[in-house]
Amino acid sequence: MKEHLDLLREMLRIRRFEERCAELYSSAQIRGFLHLYVGEEAVAAGVMSELDPQDAVVSTYRDHGHALARGVPMDAVMAEMFGKETGCSRGRGGSMHLFDATHRFFGGNAIVGGGLPVAAGLALAHVMRGEPRVVACFFGEGAAAEGEFHEVLNLAALWRLPVLFCCENNQYAMGTAFAKEHAAGDLALRASSYGLAAWSVDGMDVLAVKESARRATESIRAGGGPCLLELRTYRFRAHSMYDPERYRDKAEVAQWRDLDPIDRLVELIRPEFTDDELGALESEVSVEIDHAVATAETADFEPVTDLTRFVTSEVSP
Amino acid sequence: MKTTYREALREAIRDAMNRDDRVFLMGEDVGSYGGCYAVSLGLLEDFGPERIRDTPLSESAFVGAGIGAALNGMRPIVEIMTVNFSLLALDQILNNAATLLHMSGGQFPVPLVIRMTTGAGRQLAAQHSHSLEGWYAHIPGLRVLAPATLEDARGMLWPALCDPDPVLIFEHNALYNLSGELADDAGPVDITRAAVRRPGKDVTLITYGGSLAKALAAADDLAADGIDAEVIDLRTLRPLDADTFLESVRRTHRAVVVDEGWRSGSLSAEIAARIAEEALYDLDAPVRRVCSAEVPIPYAQHLEEAALPQPASIAAAASEVVRGG
Repeated sequence: MKEHLDLLREMLRIRRFEERCAELYSSAQIRGFLHLYVGEEAVAAGVMSELDPQDAVVSTYRDHGHALARGVPMDAVMAEMFGKETGCSRGRGGSMHLFDATHRFFGGNAIVGGGLPVAAGLALAHVMRGEPRVVACFFGEGAAAEGEFHEVLNLAALWRLPVLFCCENNQYAMGTAFAKEHAAGDLALRASSYGLAAWSVDGMDVLAVKESARRATESIRAGGGPCLLELRTYRFRAHSMYDPERYRDKAEVAQWRDLDPIDRLVELIRPEFTDDELGALESEVSVEIDHAVATAETADFEPVTDLTRFVTSEVSP
Repeated sequence: MKTTYREALREAIRDAMNRDDRVFLMGEDVGSYGGCYAVSLGLLEDFGPERIRDTPLSESAFVGAGIGAALNGMRPIVEIMTVNFSLLALDQILNNAATLLHMSGGQFPVPLVIRMTTGAGRQLAAQHSHSLEGWYAHIPGLRVLAPATLEDARGMLWPALCDPDPVLIFEHNALYNLSGELADDAGPVDITRAAVRRPGKDVTLITYGGSLAKALAAADDLAADGIDAEVIDLRTLRPLDADTFLESVRRTHRAVVVDEGWRSGSLSAEIAARIAEEALYDLDAPVRRVCSAEVPIPYAQHLEEAALPQPASIAAAASEVVRGG
């Protein structure tokens, strides 16, 4: 039960955080691109629950859920959304580029496929030092059409790099449906053709995600080489705040909403888990978000005189 | 000792590998083949396949893997066969290597060294001969080096590896067989300053890499004609050591920029602009540029030669700024 509650709490944190972000976007306190993860929370919550602190994570531009589930403090994530100095990237990254060295969170990468080579290199360093670490590398099914996907899967399988490739198949590469982008439909089959273990998972079922991540990370840590999970999921909201959603119909969205991973887990743990307990959990999350917003609002912006800091390191060679 | 540019590069790699366990070399054919230009010949036998890593033909994957390994505590040297192939990894070099430190608010430096061949002169035609280092010199977050001498071939790698940020080293393909004397104790060199390779008082020739020898040859010809040319080797293309060439131009009052890159939107344009911004009133003549013709570099020898800066064209330009057209 505790495990279930932890997963539920994580998914709720992400869901409610992003709902608040959407409101803050409407009131112009958050700007730039804002890609919401709503609907896909089971993937981040399930996979991250199987990682150790010394493992590493590479993320995408849809990274709020990954960062929060990895343990990046919500205050720092929210401050980043506000572009503040206290943000996890000092306001230089924004929504798409959350980073946290302490949590070995190597960033939201907004070039589709661009994080995969980096994940391979992080894993190579672990191998060369003999450390039994896993690198979890998140990307969408759109990345499976990029050259870097193919280059890196081949390289990782060839060198048996300890990478857990997490392909979040939310059915749309921005607005292009899967079937319009991929001639062959089975991503796990495609990945396994490179010589690594790969299988598909119901990404709307957090327990299934967790179980698959457990199996995969065990195999990777034991020296079994990389694995790929195709996590079949769906984003309930638009691609970004600018998206009029002309490419999908409402009935399809409604169908997927019936599979809401939060509702499904709540249903599963009833009747032991009561409405009161759910309410208490919601309140707890709400307090955390309120705190994150309040501290982000009052935090300082980095002075403009610091504009050119961090282009190069602040020590001489 | 007698050595070559190629051997000096190899000794630099060997030295770095011996100094630091975190250093390793990876790239296409760096191991069993010995390197496309034989720079790493013999290193596989000395250091083994873990540290001399042959990669698949996947520039983006292995350059990105170098970035990841650098982020995670290693000190990779990534070799790309030629600058034209580096375009397949441009996403990783620009969007990750050069960007992660800033985008992460200073949390993630990328101590990576990328070596690659650049330049023309061996009849390798338009997909193996270009000089694109000026493009890379456009990018904040990168250090860009161009060793033109045996000392720099031997000495630039170690300080590049010590740099916490990504460093690109451009080795001109016409230089690999350059031979000469190198001090037995040759080692790391300064990678922040340009060097005056030939002092002179009448005109400043500003160049780097494969064009240095041509500029020096031009200076000899000019000397025979009574013109005393100073030759500056930029060495570091980013960040540019403008002080050294501006100081020279203020003394000679004339400048010719020699750059094997194309003229439009180029490194030579940047240098000319810096001179215009900082030293315009010290000039006695307009700045001249000798660059590659704006064509994809052709195969046929006579066409290739005609496309590149040559001692004669450099000397003609210098003569013109000294004596008038």
